[in-house]
This record gives sequence, structure tokens and C-alpha cells, in this order.
Amino acid sequence: MTNSVGNVAEMSDEVKVNQADEASHTKALGDRFKTVGQVRVSEPRMRCTGVNVFYGNSHAIKDVDLDIGANEVVAMIGPSGCGKSTFLRCLNRMNDTIDGCRVTGDIRLDDQDIYDKKLDVVPLRARVGMVFQKPNPFPKSIYENIAYGPRIHGMAATRTELDEYVETSLRKAGLWDEVKDRLDKPGTGLSGGQQQRLCIARAIAVSPEVILMDEPCSALDPIATARVEELIDELRANYSIGIVTHSMQQAARVSQRTAYFHLGNLVEVGETTQIFTNPRHKLTEDYITGRFG
Amino acid sequence: MTPLNAMERVNASLKRRYAAERRFRLLGAAAVSAGLLFVALLFISIFLNGYTAFGQTHIALDVHFDPAIIAPSGDVAPEALARADFAALVKAALREEFPEVSGRRDKRALYGMMSTGATFDLLHMVQDDPSLIGTTQRLWLVADDDVDMLVKGHINRDAPQEDRRVNDQMIAWVDKLEAEGKVERKFNTAFFTNGDSREPELAGIGGAAAGSFYMLLVTLALSFPIGVAAAVYLEEFAPTNKWTDLIEVNINNLAAVPSIVFGLLGLAVFINFFELPRSAPLVGGLVLTLMTLPTIIIAGRAALKSVPPSIREAALGVGASKTQVVFHHVLPLAMPGMLTGAIIGMAQALGESAPLLMIGMVAFIVDIPGGPMDPATALPVQIFLWADSPERGFVERTSAAIMVLLAFLITMNALAVFLRKKFERRW
Repeated sequence: MTNSVGNVAEMSDEVKVNQADEASHTKALGDRFKTVGQVRVSEPRMRCTGVNVFYGNSHAIKDVDLDIGANEVVAMIGPSGCGKSTFLRCLNRMNDTIDGCRVTGDIRLDDQDIYDKKLDVVPLRARVGMVFQKPNPFPKSIYENIAYGPRIHGMAATRTELDEYVETSLRKAGLWDEVKDRLDKPGTGLSGGQQQRLCIARAIAVSPEVILMDEPCSALDPIATARVEELIDELRANYSIGIVTHSMQQAARVSQRTAYFHLGNLVEVGETTQIFTNPRHKLTEDYITGRFG
Repeated sequence: MTPLNAMERVNASLKRRYAAERRFRLLGAAAVSAGLLFVALLFISIFLNGYTAFGQTHIALDVHFDPAIIAPSGDVAPEALARADFAALVKAALREEFPEVSGRRDKRALYGMMSTGATFDLLHMVQDDPSLIGTTQRLWLVADDDVDMLVKGHINRDAPQEDRRVNDQMIAWVDKLEAEGKVERKFNTAFFTNGDSREPELAGIGGAAAGSFYMLLVTLALSFPIGVAAAVYLEEFAPTNKWTDLIEVNINNLAAVPSIVFGLLGLAVFINFFELPRSAPLVGGLVLTLMTLPTIIIAGRAALKSVPPSIREAALGVGASKTQVVFHHVLPLAMPGMLTGAIIGMAQALGESAPLLMIGMVAFIVDIPGGPMDPATALPVQIFLWADSPERGFVERTSAAIMVLLAFLITMNALAVFLRKKFERRW
């Protein structure tokens, strides 16, 4: 099995790797796939090196290096089953809950190894928040949904402090004006778009550094989607965001850097505009132009 | 085969297929009707047998509270009154009613018209209000069970006298009293308040109901927390390995073990080893706890499994620990299902009699138990005991007790169904 020593991929030149070499790249173990483009940033929030994920015997993520920079949105795109959600879930150790899932490699949050045995996963998940594909508010009141996080982490000493947390989070998520008169109504009574913004507010309430979003708009109508994308842009000022998306157009709209995954390999990373106008790897170009999907 | 041939074949077989479906529907409807018919037969026969038990024949007598008999020394303390001969008052009243009766045998037959309970009713009346002494009151007193059966029409007047419980003389006396309007069937409150008795007219389910109540209380208090905790542990925290598989198989099997085996276990462990009092609702409750635990654990696990994983992921994503996820989110959502399982388990426990026979809750107990440690019997066991008694009065009371038990069971199951519907979709 591969070890955890990483090897930064070089981005020396503009050479397009063509399809003949492809076959030899995406196969035998021990033979590293060379990611094209700039995986590293200066002063990253999260740095991943040599990440491998196995579901039982199936090798789902193959030797991925990637950085998520401060105050930027990184979009992860790729065809179904390529492993982008799996990779995202490694970043806050949600894969721990899946039986038979094994993660190797080095993932650091602000230079701290998150898979260190001595590290408590509970505060980690407060620092790296997650928003899921299908909005999943707790079947409690709107107030309780937001207040739950700060309460269990002991972030608020009094009821007034808790009220402040709730209001701030809802304001940041752009939901305050819509729900301020019905904070005690159940969260499940909101519309789909509002529920997703509620989930985002819930993630923000525990003051994370990084927010991970797993296809947050796939269950929403276009108007709600636009609202959430607007929100993501506003959040960028204070948080680092990693977003998995099926829609290339969405990636083009919201992100600064884009990473293209293919069958568990990270094929290419780069500035969003460059990826979509001038991709350097043949696989990336094929995906973007719609040759397969 | 061309498409046309195929269509012809399909059309030809259509008639056969529809006929088969019609037959199946008819069979199904017939099966359901047969089931309903038998249920109706059961309920109707029980009702017809038992509804008369809710009335009890009372006879109006002019009772003179003769101070010479009941308080010769003037002492009206309850203890002193308890020693007095109140039966003599009843006999005197009867003699007044039928002055023509003479001879010891006939007089004894006459005195047999009233229940022995009438004597105690008079005693309690005077103990509560000694000012009655010296007065004459017209009182409605409980009649003997033979007279009761006669008035209710359960005794065949046309049968020859040797085949009847009640002879012609008694029938003549009762008819005379009826003509004078001194015979009435009042609502049988004694059926609900009294304990068991050798006399059918005085027997009631009060003791058995209290015993069942204490027993269910003990069962609920023990089986619900233990069952819920076990279900939560097995479903959420236990590692998946050989041992937990073994435990799961064993729990599923325990749910199918015949209940009398639990009675034997209770006898050996609780009564023999721990030396708990026999016939106590406490022991009955412990035995029934063992019996309902598998039901509650299985229902609890199903309820926990049905909580969608999205809720757990959401809670984990906010940084809740495993325990917090289970107790703050999963358990509250699974609670309605667990409650339904608990109610159904309790309803099963209420109707059990075999394990209780083993631990001695089958004795003849007259007093109404005051707590879980007093000897008691349970409702199904009481029915079992009365069903064995030969007196005609017990036949109707057995059916009446069955009706009461069925009413409780139907109520509990209806409650469970209502709760299940009400809490069906909360997310």
C-alpha cells in the first residue's frame, strides 16, 4: 500500500498529456498519477498530502495532494463516482462513521494533523463545518437548530449570548429577516432553499475556519440556488470553502480554484477561469467539453 | 411468433387471468368474513353470558335495629358492635315478612334467601352511624346467589323440583316479594370493589384488578428503562462482532419462548433463591418484565433504525459526540416507536396467566392488596379460578370479568395504534 510521504507534482510546462499516455497513468499501484496544475498555495488553511481512501478493498481515492487556501472557494468537479464527495468527507473525518472505510495520508488543518490519534474529532468538526446535499435541519425549532452547536461546545455562557449567536449566524446566512418572527417554529417547515440556508447558518454558528459543502444546491430550484451561491460569495470574506458540485457552470460561477477528479485521481487543479477556458490535461478538456460526463 | 399471434394469445388468456383474480379476491373476502364472524361470535357469546352480572338482586326489608340484640350493654364502640349478632336482625326482618313460616327446616330455608353479606352491610352501617340503633329502616339488602339467579331467569322454573337449585317454596316467596315491589336489580358496584369470595353474590374483581395494576406498574417501571437502554446500546454503541450477533439471536428467540418457562424461572430464582414473598405482585412484575423485555428491545431497535441517517450526519457535522447524537437527536425521534412497543408489551403482560400460576398468584385471596408486596392475584388468573367454580353465579361473573379484561386490552391496543399514527412522520 502507498505510504504517506507526499511528492509535490511539478507544473513545469504547458505540455498536454495525450490519451496514449493516459492508459499508462491510470492503472497499476505504486505508479503515481501526476496531477497537472498548482495543487499548493501559500498559507493554506488545509493541506492534503498523499491521501488514499479505501472502502474495503476498493481504492476510491488515489494519492491526492491538494491545498485549500484561506478565504477562497475551491470547487471539486468530476463525473459521478469519481470520489469528490469521498475526498471532501475526509477533510472533517466524516468517513470515520463509515464501517470499512480506511483513510491514509497526511491532512493538516493549520498545520495540525487531523488524523492524529491524540486529536479529538469533536472540536475538529466544529472548526471544519459541513453542509450536505439534501437539507437536513433538525426536527426542532429554528432557534434550537442554530443554538445546538454553540450550546454543546459551551460557547455561550448565558441565554443572551446564545441569542446573539443565533442572530449573527442567521444574519450571515441571509435568513434573519425571513425568520426572525418565527424562531420557535420547526426548522422543517421552511422551504427547501431556506432550509439549506438554515443548515449553512447552523454550520457557521460554531465559528468554523473551513466550510465544506457537498453539492449544496442539487436539491434546490434555480432561484434558491442563486441565493445560496450569492451567500457563498459573501461567506468567502470570512471562511475558506470547499464545494463539491456536479454543475460545471456553478463551479465557474462561485469558485476561485477548481479541482478536477477522475476515477479517484486528482487530474488537474488551477484557477477556475484557466480550467474552463484552457485546460491542460486531455481528460479535463474532454470532461469540460462534454465528451463524457 | 408474430406480434399478431402474440396478441391473440394474450387476449385468450386474459379471461383466465381475470377469473383467477376474481377467485382470489372472493377467497380473501371469505377469509376475512370468517375471521370477523368468529370474533363476533366470541364477543357476542361472552356478552350474552356476562351482561347480567352487572346487576345484582336486592331485596327490601324492614330492619329493626333492636338495641337489645346489638348493644345490650349500651356500648356502641365498633369493636363491641363487631361481636354483636347482626344476623339475628336479618332473620327477624324475614320472619316479619313471612309470619306464616314455621318449623326449623322451613325457617332455615327462609333465612337462606339473604346473602351473608347483608349481615356485614348492617354492621358497617351501624358502626358508621350508631344513631341507627333503635330505629326501623327499610333497606335494600343483597340477596343470596340462588335468588339472584332465579330473578335473572337463569333457573328453569319448568324443570322438576329435584333438578333445580331452588325449590317451589322459595319460588313462591320470591314471587310474593316481587309482587310487592320489594325485589330489584341494582347496578352491581360490589363486582368492581370487592375482592374474591366463596359467595358469588359478594365476589368481585377489585382484588384481582388491584393486583394486576401493581404488577403492571412494576413491569413498566423495570422493563421500559432496561429495554430502551439495551436497545440503544445494541443499536448504536455495540461493536459488530460474533458476540453481538449471538446476543441478537438470543433476544429474538426469547421473544418466542413459552411464557410458562418464565414462570418456572421466577419460581426458581425470585422465590426460591431471593426468597421474595409468594403471590406478590412484585414477583409477578419481575417475571413479566423478563417476558416483555425482548418485545421492547426488538421494537426499540426497529424504532432506532428508522431514524434517517441524515439527522445523525447533521448532528455529527456540527461537532456532536456519538453519545450526544444518540441522546439529543436519535432517541427523541425514536421514542414514539418505543412507546408503542412498550404499550403492546404491557397489553400482552396484562393477559398472561401461565407464568403467574407458577409463582403462586393463583391463591384464593380475599383482601384487596395495598401494595406490590401484599399477596394478590391477577385478572386473568381470577377468571381462571372462577371458571372452575360450580356455582351458577360464577358463570356469569366469569364472563363479566372477561369483558372487563377485554375492555382494558382493547383500550391499550387502541392507544398504541393512535400514538403510532399520531407520531408517524415527524421529520
